[in-house]
Amino acid sequence: MKKVLIPLALFIGLVVFLAVGLKRDPREIPSPLIGKSAPHFTLFTLEGGDAKFSPSDMQGQVWMLNVWATWCVACREEHPVLVAFSEKNQVPIVGLSYKEIQPQDPAYKAPFDEKLKLARERSEVWLKRHGNPYVTSVMDMDGRVGINYGVYGVPETYVIDKTGVIRYKFVGAVSPALLAEKIMPLIAELNKS
Amino acid sequence: MNGACALSVSMVIGCVQPMAFAQATAASSGLAAGREAPLMAEDPKLEARLVDISQELRCLVCQNESLASSHAELADDLRQEVRELIRSGKSDQEIKDFLVARYGDFVLYRPEVKPLTWVLWFGPFLLLGIAAIFLGMYLRQRRALAVPVALSDEARERAKQLLKG
Repeated sequence: MKKVLIPLALFIGLVVFLAVGLKRDPREIPSPLIGKSAPHFTLFTLEGGDAKFSPSDMQGQVWMLNVWATWCVACREEHPVLVAFSEKNQVPIVGLSYKEIQPQDPAYKAPFDEKLKLARERSEVWLKRHGNPYVTSVMDMDGRVGINYGVYGVPETYVIDKTGVIRYKFVGAVSPALLAEKIMPLIAELNKS
Repeated sequence: MNGACALSVSMVIGCVQPMAFAQATAASSGLAAGREAPLMAEDPKLEARLVDISQELRCLVCQNESLASSHAELADDLRQEVRELIRSGKSDQEIKDFLVARYGDFVLYRPEVKPLTWVLWFGPFLLLGIAAIFLGMYLRQRRALAVPVALSDEARERAKQLLKG
């Protein structure tokens, strides 16, 4: 009896380990930025001209930063969810247009001003077609702000509290379920404090 | 999506550029495909250090590739960032800290030894130790079984009879 039970127990243990391992998402890397101040940046906004935005402009309110790009496939899946969410006016969402002009793009080598203009045009067309959930979008042309935020896949979404501390980060397309179960309760809690 | 790494559609930063597209743009812009090459010639010392450091770092997109060998665009950007940190006179440790602060311990192929990583570092030795204890117990048990049993006089007599047959 013992001879059968011990290997069986070991086998079941192994199966449980592997089952848990299979369920885990290897893309999910815990961000060291949670609980830390959102890195500072000053970037041109999508709206044009010389207007710039920095995270300190949002001081005193809870807000969301959403990393997106017109070339990003998963953003198309996420976008309607964000648009519907923004219509509830729960929280301002700032877009971070991440490396709109890609290295493969013939325009990549163009001077910065030209690239910025092209990126703004493309983004505006895209937002007109798919809806604009953002209070403003900022142009991270070379992706260096992205690096400071630990961006490694687009879309990514951050929840930042009134004092400018990152409270939550999500990599991948935000779903209505995630908004309802995780993000909205967090925002409600942060708004109270 | 880019077949080179098994990631879902949301990993749009991409691991390997689609070849046809890369070739087409390289041809149309008149640039050689290896845009890292001129930099090598420019400052071989810096590039050598870059390779040294980035072999110890993991590419976030193609998670089983080092930053030195990955073709992902993010890896390109991060190598560029590391180059600039080297130029600004940062030490290897400072450069690694810079990346850990943004991407977490995950970027290190050789994670630091700290309470959180003890299981990772010492777990295998612990398992080896446990296995050795079990092996020792098993061998002792077997030796106990193998002890030759002395024959009684009666049995010896019987064996003799049988052998005489």
